[in-house]
Amino acid sequence: MIMIETRGLRKSFGDHVVLDGIDLNVAAGTIFALLGPNGAGKTTIVQILSTLIGADAGQARVAGHNLAHEPDAVRAAIGVTGQFSAVDNLLTGEENLLLMADLHHLGRSEGKLRAAALLDRFDLAGAARKTPATYSGGMRRRLDLAMTLVGDPRVIFLDEPTTGLDPRSRHTMWQIIRDLVASGVTILLTTQYLDEADELADRIAVLDQGKLVAQGTPDELKRRIPGGHIRLQFADTSGLEAAARTLGEVVRDDNELTLQIPTDGSVRSLRAVLDRLDHEALAVNGVSVHTPDLDDVFFAITSHIDTQKGNGR
Amino acid sequence: MSTLSFALRDSATMLRRDVRHSLRNLPMTLISGLLVPIIMLVLFVYVFGGAIGAGQGLMAHGGAYIDYIAPGIIIMTVISGGATTAINLCMDMSEGIIARFRTMAISRASVLTGQVLGSLIRTMITIVLVIGVALLMGFRPSAGPVAWIAALGIIALFAFALTWMSVVFGLVGKTPAGANSLSLIFQLLSFTSSAFVRPDSMSGVVRWFASYQPFTPVIDTLRGLLLGTPIGNSAVLAVAWCAGLTLIGYLWARAVYNRNSAR
Repeated sequence: MIMIETRGLRKSFGDHVVLDGIDLNVAAGTIFALLGPNGAGKTTIVQILSTLIGADAGQARVAGHNLAHEPDAVRAAIGVTGQFSAVDNLLTGEENLLLMADLHHLGRSEGKLRAAALLDRFDLAGAARKTPATYSGGMRRRLDLAMTLVGDPRVIFLDEPTTGLDPRSRHTMWQIIRDLVASGVTILLTTQYLDEADELADRIAVLDQGKLVAQGTPDELKRRIPGGHIRLQFADTSGLEAAARTLGEVVRDDNELTLQIPTDGSVRSLRAVLDRLDHEALAVNGVSVHTPDLDDVFFAITSHIDTQKGNGR
Repeated sequence: MSTLSFALRDSATMLRRDVRHSLRNLPMTLISGLLVPIIMLVLFVYVFGGAIGAGQGLMAHGGAYIDYIAPGIIIMTVISGGATTAINLCMDMSEGIIARFRTMAISRASVLTGQVLGSLIRTMITIVLVIGVALLMGFRPSAGPVAWIAALGIIALFAFALTWMSVVFGLVGKTPAGANSLSLIFQLLSFTSSAFVRPDSMSGVVRWFASYQPFTPVIDTLRGLLLGTPIGNSAVLAVAWCAGLTLIGYLWARAVYNRNSAR
């Protein structure tokens, strides 16, 4: 079942085109990461899908409801935690949660129960009666997410949930996000951190200058990118030369006595190379496979700003 | 529950939030509400009072200058309450909590109505305190109970109108300082009204402006009710201005609040 679906979503602010035709499909119970540099349009997508701003063109459905025609039904199904925590700084942590409970029209006792459970779950019970002014960045972010969860949303938008957090808080947040998805929630996450997308997401869409430039699982994306290679290490120059003749198109390093053979990273391509070496009875000292990580993917796809890596598409 | 009862419930929740904000920092709430009106009282009664009062011949009907300016000071109290509203709302907007409310399935108007009702209550309490201080300083109104109730009614109407306008300033002002600056328009209006001196003692364009701007009939009505001076058509004008400003403020605030949103 598709929980978030967009077709040809467009948005401009004045002359500046922020989103230029976005098509997304996010399956229920999965984490979908929107990856992109600052200003790529990630937050704008979240703002549109969470009914904060309207799109100029295109269609979107969230949790089965048309965004343009049933915004209130969408709002009832979603929860949003933004980049800058939206907590009430003059209320205590507990009062913030109770405020959300009131706005979700939960009864007094039900609200209290849920607030207490969330405070416990997010390790905020000790700070329940303090205002967020005294909280650390990680605590604020956890309170923010706890407030989002009071209404039991089926779809959660997390806009850069770990930006500005220290490594420990970051890992805590990752674990919370994994637990949420395990409970059946659908999450659309934006991030500029490749490791975060790699770590959490079932599918990733790379957003650049308002366009989706690539989409797939983390592995699919890595495989798509040139730069993956098999590296063969030889004992001497004659072995190197023999292998280079056999394998044809390779990158040869006479000083290091290595050959680099481009590959898509699949097992079959590796076997093909090894088979040919075997066939010629060529001795190889070492084999290593280098699959591009998401950094390679990112730089390759968004290479208009960064061509120094020399692997533009 | 129906849409209307949800709207009422959400507004009540937002009102509770606003009241809690005021109580959380009670000394600051009181100081910010009372400071300007009390400084004005002291300044105009003890510093300028003698000179202005003598020049205006305001003692003629046996009252002191404090009697003349007390209604004006009450209006200034409402204005400074409005500035607080604008600043609070602007800070709310910049902190992102309003954005959170807008992504929730709650009555859209409740965020603003809660804020307006909270401000109204805060302003009316401040007014009572300011009137108390004025009485201690020698303010001697001649009003009976009915006139007092009518006076409080006019004050509440005016406060309601000004609060909605202040909500607009809070939404339009990009920073709390900006929202505050917009509220200065009202301070200026109060100085060019009948609050401190009679418009007929002013010169040229200012006199014309003072006679026809919205604050003068409100102040004159208040003065009439509290001190027994003639009201004439001021009461009708005052109510009309208040109703007009409320309507403009409400519609404008709603339009700005809903601007850009999916609906």
